[in-house]
Amino acid sequence: MESSAEKIWKITWQERFQRLQNLLLELWRDKAGFIGMMLICALLFMAFAAPLLAPHHPADQDLMARLKPPAWSPNGSWNHIFGTDHLGRDVLSRVIYGSRVSLIVGATVVFAAGVFGTVLGLIAGYFRGRVDSFIMRWIDTQVAFPGLLLALIILAVIGPSLITVILVLSFNGWMVYGRMTRSAVLSVRETAYVEAAEILGCNSRRVIFRHILPNLTSPLLTLAILEFARIVLAEAALSFLGLGIQPPATSWGLDVAAGKDYMFRAWWLVTFPGIAISITVLAINLVASWMRLISDPQEREKQFARQMAALKRKHRRKEGAGA
Amino acid sequence: MDSKLALSKHDSVGAPTSEPLVKVEGLTVHFEGGRAGFWGRKRLFVHAVENVSFYIFPGETLGLVGESGSGKSTIGRAILRRVPAAAGRIFYKSREITHIGTANLRPLRRNMQLVFQDPYASLNPRMRIFDIVAEPLIVHGLARNNKEAQGRVCALLQRVGLPPDAGHRYPHAFSGGQRQRIGIARALALNPEFIVADEPVSALDVSIRAQIINLMQDLQAELGLTYLFIAHDLAVVRHISRRIAIMYAGKIVELANRDSIYENPLHPYTKALLSAVPVPDPKVQRSRVRIAYAGETPNPLNPPPGCRFQSRCPRASDACRTQDPPMKERDTGHFVACWQ
Repeated sequence: MESSAEKIWKITWQERFQRLQNLLLELWRDKAGFIGMMLICALLFMAFAAPLLAPHHPADQDLMARLKPPAWSPNGSWNHIFGTDHLGRDVLSRVIYGSRVSLIVGATVVFAAGVFGTVLGLIAGYFRGRVDSFIMRWIDTQVAFPGLLLALIILAVIGPSLITVILVLSFNGWMVYGRMTRSAVLSVRETAYVEAAEILGCNSRRVIFRHILPNLTSPLLTLAILEFARIVLAEAALSFLGLGIQPPATSWGLDVAAGKDYMFRAWWLVTFPGIAISITVLAINLVASWMRLISDPQEREKQFARQMAALKRKHRRKEGAGA
Repeated sequence: MDSKLALSKHDSVGAPTSEPLVKVEGLTVHFEGGRAGFWGRKRLFVHAVENVSFYIFPGETLGLVGESGSGKSTIGRAILRRVPAAAGRIFYKSREITHIGTANLRPLRRNMQLVFQDPYASLNPRMRIFDIVAEPLIVHGLARNNKEAQGRVCALLQRVGLPPDAGHRYPHAFSGGQRQRIGIARALALNPEFIVADEPVSALDVSIRAQIINLMQDLQAELGLTYLFIAHDLAVVRHISRRIAIMYAGKIVELANRDSIYENPLHPYTKALLSAVPVPDPKVQRSRVRIAYAGETPNPLNPPPGCRFQSRCPRASDACRTQDPPMKERDTGHFVACWQ
């Protein structure tokens, strides 16, 4: 009795392992999601292991080898696989190092803006009334103000750096989480299980964080991942305008910005960082659609039913062949 | 005045002479239903429940029957203090609870619980069954963590007839009947005395209904529970209730002992309602007269003066059109609100 009772509330290590295994199996079945996940892992590896992977230091100039084309062009050399820029810096190394800033900015901004926006949206949607009006008017006002202009003003006043870029992008990006969370909360709070929790005597914090928030994970996850892609591009835009990452540090956006002057003479300067941005955004989108599926119990149920139906069909075909 | 009559002490049906557990006096619930007038100054109210009075004695089941929109769920929720009462008073164990604040409401929640209509919507899809049933214990400080709650949760799951390993799983792994069992286990976790069952079986398959009803009856006998059983299925109500109140358009029109209401309905609405219940014997069924009244239910935003049933009642007289009929005791414990 004791041992079986023990199991009821504890999740054993074995079970956790089993769950992880199932998750990986599901990822393997969803090929698009699998490819996306592989790409993300590769990008993360690239960012962490940049000093090991990059053939040159990203800031090392080689004025004798300015604007060298990629290795496969007639004038290219294998010393600079993706060619060099106007100061003779290796483009491949810059792309590898640039992933660091882009991924850090993307992840931090999504986290900061997501937490802030979600909490305000939960409060607005759950408590309604004056708090709701206040928060929503605040969001409306901020959305009405052009985000890029605000970012430029702040950056021009405080001065550009990695941290200010993160702060500015978070400040500009939290409203969408607030609005979406609020609208989702409005429908979830009317459900019977929220009423049940309230009748049981749960306080509002518990109702919000235990009953409402977990049921918002799939839309929030989707939004966060789409926002990640947007933030990577926004950082690129700020760097492009000269108010983002400052040299000698590098980011993909900065490289695209610097390369635009040489677009017709040296196409590789904008192309390779641009490709890196597109691949990141694509990978994230692929993973996002997979995550939305697995984080929604209803979607999971549908998927399970589909698998069972497929299995049954297979079984029947086999039986038919046997007869 | 009608409230006094309905509450008269010799409501001796089955005669538990003890104090009533729940006492409702002249309960009125209004919902805001938009605005009227040129400036939108005039507020319109939906008269969901109007001047309703009844007792519920410890250990009994009061069935509350009525068509959709008649206000039966609203009464249940008003007793649980989920919707505010516009007028009237609600007593629990002779203590008035109509206006008590949140701090005093929390201990009250331990004594009164709700079983929901839709077992698919009333369980959080992201919580394991164990956490759902343990939550009330943790929220009320009866258990500090899952480990302490474990014994009680196991016993509860077992009591409502679920396998002990159910605790691991999430609600979507269960059928409607099983989910309703989980809902009952959750409601029982705090050892309440009074349970409002808001159409607990109407969302279930007919084959499952009897199981859930039997479970509720067993639990009542075992734990001495008191039920306010809200339903529109007359057969189910007859099976489980000791007394039955019939509602129409926000008012109780008839309240009596189960048998006297089924065998001797006095209000024209009750008669029509009961004639709509099919009888399994085809011969008897053919010989029965199905009473169906023409007419519309009154507009809840602006109910007419007098009896609410006047627009459909074949026997409506002038008195019915001008004066609200009071609850009168026609027989011992058989109250009717009708002028005829």
